[in-house]
Parts: sequence; C-alpha cells; structure tokens
Amino acid sequence: MPELDPLLLSRIQFAFTISFHILFPSFTIGLAAWLVVLEALWLKTGKDIYFRLAQHWTKIFAVSFGMGVVSGVVLSYEFGTNWSELSRRGGNVIGPLMAYEVLTAFFLEAGFLGIMLFGWKRVPKWVHFFASCMVAFGTLLSAFWILSANSFMQTPAGYTVDAGGVLHVADWWQAIISPSFPYRFAHMVAAAYLTTAFIVAGIGAWYILRERSVPHGRIMLGMALSLLVWLAPLQIVLGDLHGLNALKYQPAKIAALEAHWETSKDVPLILFAFPDPKAETNHYELAVPHLGSLILTHEWDGEIKGLKSFPPEDRPNPIIPFFAFRIMVGIGLIMVAVGLVGAVLWLTGRLFTSRWFLRVLTWVSPLGFLAVLAGWFTAEVGRQPWTVYGILRTADAVSPVPGGSVLASLILFVLVYGIVFGAGLYYIIKLVQRGPDETPPMPAEGEADLSHRPLAASGTP
Amino acid sequence: MTQASATAVTDILPVILPLVWAAILALAVFLYVVLGGYDLGLGALFPIAPSDKDRDAMMGSVSPFWDGNETWLVMGGGGLLAAFPLAYAVMLPALYIPIILMLIGLILRGVAFEFRFKSERNRWMWDTAFAGGSLLAALMQGAIIGAFVHGFAVTDNKFSGGAFDWVTPFSIVTAIAVLSGYVLLSAGWLIMKGDEALREWAYGIARYALIAVGVFIAIFSLWTPVLHPEIAARWFTPAHILMLSPVPLATAAAIGGLWITLDRRYRYMPFLLAVAIFILCYTGLAVSLFPFIIPPDITIWQAAAAPESQLFMLYGAIPIIPIILAYTAYSYYVFWDATEHDAYH
Repeated sequence: MPELDPLLLSRIQFAFTISFHILFPSFTIGLAAWLVVLEALWLKTGKDIYFRLAQHWTKIFAVSFGMGVVSGVVLSYEFGTNWSELSRRGGNVIGPLMAYEVLTAFFLEAGFLGIMLFGWKRVPKWVHFFASCMVAFGTLLSAFWILSANSFMQTPAGYTVDAGGVLHVADWWQAIISPSFPYRFAHMVAAAYLTTAFIVAGIGAWYILRERSVPHGRIMLGMALSLLVWLAPLQIVLGDLHGLNALKYQPAKIAALEAHWETSKDVPLILFAFPDPKAETNHYELAVPHLGSLILTHEWDGEIKGLKSFPPEDRPNPIIPFFAFRIMVGIGLIMVAVGLVGAVLWLTGRLFTSRWFLRVLTWVSPLGFLAVLAGWFTAEVGRQPWTVYGILRTADAVSPVPGGSVLASLILFVLVYGIVFGAGLYYIIKLVQRGPDETPPMPAEGEADLSHRPLAASGTP
Repeated sequence: MTQASATAVTDILPVILPLVWAAILALAVFLYVVLGGYDLGLGALFPIAPSDKDRDAMMGSVSPFWDGNETWLVMGGGGLLAAFPLAYAVMLPALYIPIILMLIGLILRGVAFEFRFKSERNRWMWDTAFAGGSLLAALMQGAIIGAFVHGFAVTDNKFSGGAFDWVTPFSIVTAIAVLSGYVLLSAGWLIMKGDEALREWAYGIARYALIAVGVFIAIFSLWTPVLHPEIAARWFTPAHILMLSPVPLATAAAIGGLWITLDRRYRYMPFLLAVAIFILCYTGLAVSLFPFIIPPDITIWQAAAAPESQLFMLYGAIPIIPIILAYTAYSYYVFWDATEHDAYH
C-alpha cells in the first residue's frame, strides 16, 4: 500500500472544508445586511410587504446561517488537528485574532440570532430590529477578524521570530491591519454583498417570470439591482487595488496567477494558456501584448517578475491560480454587464417586462459563489508554498498525524457535507418556491401600530 | 511609574496571566459542559421520548439556545489556541479521531434544528441525525476527557503517539460517564420546561441517570489515583485530606439531595443540583490536575502564549465576557417558556 501523505491530505481536507464553509458567510453577510434594510423600511413605512419579505428571507437566512455555524466550528478545530505546528509557532499572533472573533462576533451573532429568528412576537419591534442589526454587525466583525488572521499569514507585519521559530507580536496594530488586510476585507465584503444581490435578483426575477409573488419579486429585483449596478464596477476597482498590493508583497503569486515565467517590461495579458510547471512555459498561449504590464502596474512598461526569478522551492504551482483567477475576473465582468443592462432597462421602464433579461438574471444568480471560491483558490494556492508568507512553509505547519487518519476524516467530511449541503439546498429551494406570500401575516402585536396606516400590499420600489 | 515597579509588573505578568487565562478557559469549558450538556443530552433522550409531540417540545425548548451554547465550545477551542498554543498543538493531533467524530456529530445534530421542522416525509431522518449526532458528540467529549486525564505521549513539545492512543478502558468509562451526566442535566432541563406528562417521564429518567452518575463518580474517583500516583499523593496526604474533604462530601450530599428532590417532585432543584454535581466534579478534576494542562508533562506556564498576547486578549475578554453573560441571560429570559418553534409555523 502506498504511503498516505498527511500533508497533501490535510491540504485537501482544509480546502474542502473551508470552501464549503465560505459559501455560507458569503451569502449570510449580505443577507443579514439586506434584512436590516428591509426591517428598517418596514418600521419606517409600515408597509406589510417589507415585513413579509423580511420574515420570509429570515427563514432562508436561518438555514444558511446554521450551516455556516456548524461548518465553521470544524475550522476552528482543524487548526489544531491538522495544522498543529502552525498553531504552536503562530499561535501568539493568529490565536488572539481568532479569540477576538469568538468574543466579539460569534457571541454577538449567537446571542441575538435567537431573538432574530424566533422573537418576532416575543420582544418589542425595536428590540427585534436591534437584534437584526447586531447579527448583521456580528457577521461583519467575524469577517474583520478572520480576514485579519488570513491577511497576517499572507503579508505578515508587526512581529518578531524567536530562536525556536515561534512568532511574537511586536506591534498589534501592524499585525491586525497588515498590508493586505484593507484590500482583502473590502474585496471580500463587497463579494459577499454582490453574491447576495445576485441571488436575490435572480429569485426576484424568477417570481416575476412565474407570475407569483410579483410585488415581492419586484422589490427584490429593484433593491438588488440598485446595489449591484454600482458595487459590481467598484468591486473591479477593489480587486485591482488588491492585485497591486499583492504585486508588491507577494510577487510570486502574481507571476503564478498570470502564468508569467520570464521577468520582463512588456508583459502581455494572457487570455488563455495551459501553464506547464515542468517545462517552465505555457502551451496554447493567447495573449495581448503590453496589456499585462498596464493592468498590473498601471504603466505601459511596468516590470513584472516572472516565476523563473524565484527558486523552484519557493514557487507556487501556477495551474490552479491561473485558471481560478480568470474565472473570477470573467464573472466580475459579467456582473458589471448585467448591472449596466439592468440599469438601462430600468431607466427606460422595461426592467420588469423584459423576459429575456429576467431569464438571464436567474441563470447568473449563483455566479457570485463561484467567483468567491475562484478568488480564494487564487489567493490560497497562489501563496504556496507558505502558510505564513516567507516564515513558515505549509510542509512544516502540518500536524504529526498519520495519513490514514486524515484520509478517513476527509472521506467522512465529504460524505456528511454532501448530505448536509444537499439537504440545505433542497430546503432553501423549497422555501424559495413557497414564496413570501405564504409567510404568515403580521403578528397581532404589530397590527395595532399599523391600523392607521395604509397597508400597501402592492408596494413597488 | 518608577523603574522598580515597572520591572515588578513585567516579572509578575508571565506568572499571573496563565492563571487568569486558565480560569477563563475553565469557565468557558464549564459553561459549555452545562449548556451543551443538557442540549446534547436531549438528543440522546430523543429516541426514547414518549411521543412525537414531546420530541417537538424538547427540540423547541432548546432551538433558540443551541447556537449560543455551542459558541462556548468554539471559545474553548479558540481560547486554548490563543492562550495556550502549545497545549492546543499537542492535544488536538493526539485527539484527532475523537475530535473529528465529535465535530461530525455536532454538524449532524446542528443542522437537524433547521431541517427537522422543514421536512414532513423525511422527519425521521433528521430525528436520527439529531439523536445520533448528539450521542456521538457526547460520547466523544467523554472519551476526550478520559484521554486527557490519562495523558499523551509527548516528545519535544509534539504529540508522538499513535492514532488510537485515546482508546483505553478508562476513556471508554469516562465516555459513558459523561453521557449519563448529560442525560441527567437534560432530564433536569425537561423537568423545568416540560408539560406535566413530559415532566413525569423526565423524573423517571433522572433517577436512572443519577444512579449511573453516582456509580461513575465513584469509579472515576478510585481509578484516577491508581492511574496517577501523584494525584493519589495530592488527595491522600494527611495535610490535604481535611482541606479537600469538602469536595467529595459535598458531591455525596448533592447526589443525595437530588434524589430527594426527584422524589418530592421539585421543579427547579433537580437541574440546579445536577449543575452542582458537575461543578464539584469539575473542581475535583482541577484539584487533581493543576497546574498541568497536558498531564503530566506540560504546565499552564510552559504552554502559555507570550505575555503580550495573553494581555492583549485580556483587554477584550474582561469587558466582553460579562456582556456576553448578560445577553445570554436576557435571551434565556425571553425564550424561557418557548416549547414551540415560533418561526416555523
């Protein structure tokens, strides 16, 4: 029997469990914020339709959030079960960042989630609204701390290393706000909002196409479109800034995701190629001259280091980052185009009647998830062979566990996540199909307040 | 500040901070054991509950809380990484299999909260996931405690044992012991929260669970000193016997008291006394193990994170933990009489 490599298996397991997990925060960060807006609109206008939408989507939020929690707990233990050397040597830095995530974000979310999900009739409306705000704020705090930990590992700052190879913090501010953190945080939060907006827009379009819950569908589509029309282009700018930052701090990652082997000043933009790490070249390359330099450095003759300028043991394998990066950028461009077309149709009064566009919206609706995964694969495979960039190699970060244990746990995770994810998706689809119309009406306690206001069930955006 | 006092502070921090963090983590783990304990115990009781209506009530009584309860477990894991990275790095690889199985159990039971009320035809599936997941998580937590007390093979600050070192007769006994403790807690929970029929059933369950808990405490108390002579020395040194004797005596009193309150059909005392038994066992364990975090090799001072890291976290923990406790209490107050799944009607 061949030797099972715990390092490779641990990498596959971590990639699998974290990819599964990131889908849920990507959705719930945006959804929590949207629910706050819906509830605020309800409190402000008194229109029943906002309440119905909020209550309906709170159920979808509950399922996604539950799956996010249980898949997240796994990660907090995998740092020890699979990456104990990272924990031992990096614990002084990443430990406190993750502890702050638990202390601030998780408890905030967990404490107020019960009220948000089950408290509609039990607490005054403002308390419920406050709870929704706290849950949304908690999701952002969580993103803040975990991206801070990730950014430190990508672009470490404010630390010293002692004789035993253990990291110590010299300056907390520098370690928490490490050089790549502001870009990563902005890029990820925008990605989460976009992912949610595309899902909401797609489901809204689907309701309109099916002529069910049409007023609700119009509000969903209208609100989603008014976000993504400016956020999708802004995301391209944020991504570009993030790229410039990576070029400065992680040049090998940029060389890998662009599949550049030679250092040069007139770097082409490679549209398609098949990178070959053994031959240190690309096959089937299709490229636009100089555009690579221009995009990456914002200069016509900007110099970019090629992969060959790094020792082979310090190079990431370019195949995954190269393709993942192109998938992410491609989806970003599609999002911008959808936003622009939608805005034009809306301004000319044809948004809700252009069936072809509504159909496109339903097709592109899940693309945000794919873009998030592609982006993280670019970032995480591109920073190899390092777990803490330039300090701790992934091969040195792994736990002393036998490969057989890791293989067994990997198989278990794949099986259980397959069932859980399948069931979660099934129930979310069932909820979506049932539609906001089937949501029970206003709670008795709320009706008294609204009796003097017109209940506009047909409210259009 | 004078030079001398500044030096005194820097000298004393590495001594004090690990003690403070050991106390905070002990609190987090204890809260998890009690809150997660009644929560997991409910799952273990699920298959033998009298009716489907009772199962609805059991799950409804805990669905607003399970997420918050489980957060203490994340706090235990995350806090161990942050405050005692060396202990985390030794313990988790050593406990690889039981931890993964515990996590799988927690996933299955966690999603069941969301899925069970949304399914009609497949409800049996999520009942099974909830019961099986809870049972697996509870047993693995018990095995983890057993393996932890038993000790790990450590060489050069790394775990150097095998994948199945955690399976010993001792850890099998602690696995069942913790399960019966959790069942006792959840029977106490149902006595507080259930309707009359469910309560009556829970009183019966609590009796069996209490007998099991009493037997297991006795076994554990005799077996641990045999495993570790240094623990025997700590408890049975003449000078210590008098000082430490209140722990076993109070445990015996709590067990006896709980039996009586069950007989007399008290509503709240059974749960509170069950918590008291857990506090006492926990104290006994702390007395046995202190100051080791990986017994018998690594102390809390050896495993501690750098003082600046522990201090940085303390700035957050001191104001935040009381706030967490306050709104956890508020949440329990708001949902105290929740036995139905409000959001899903």
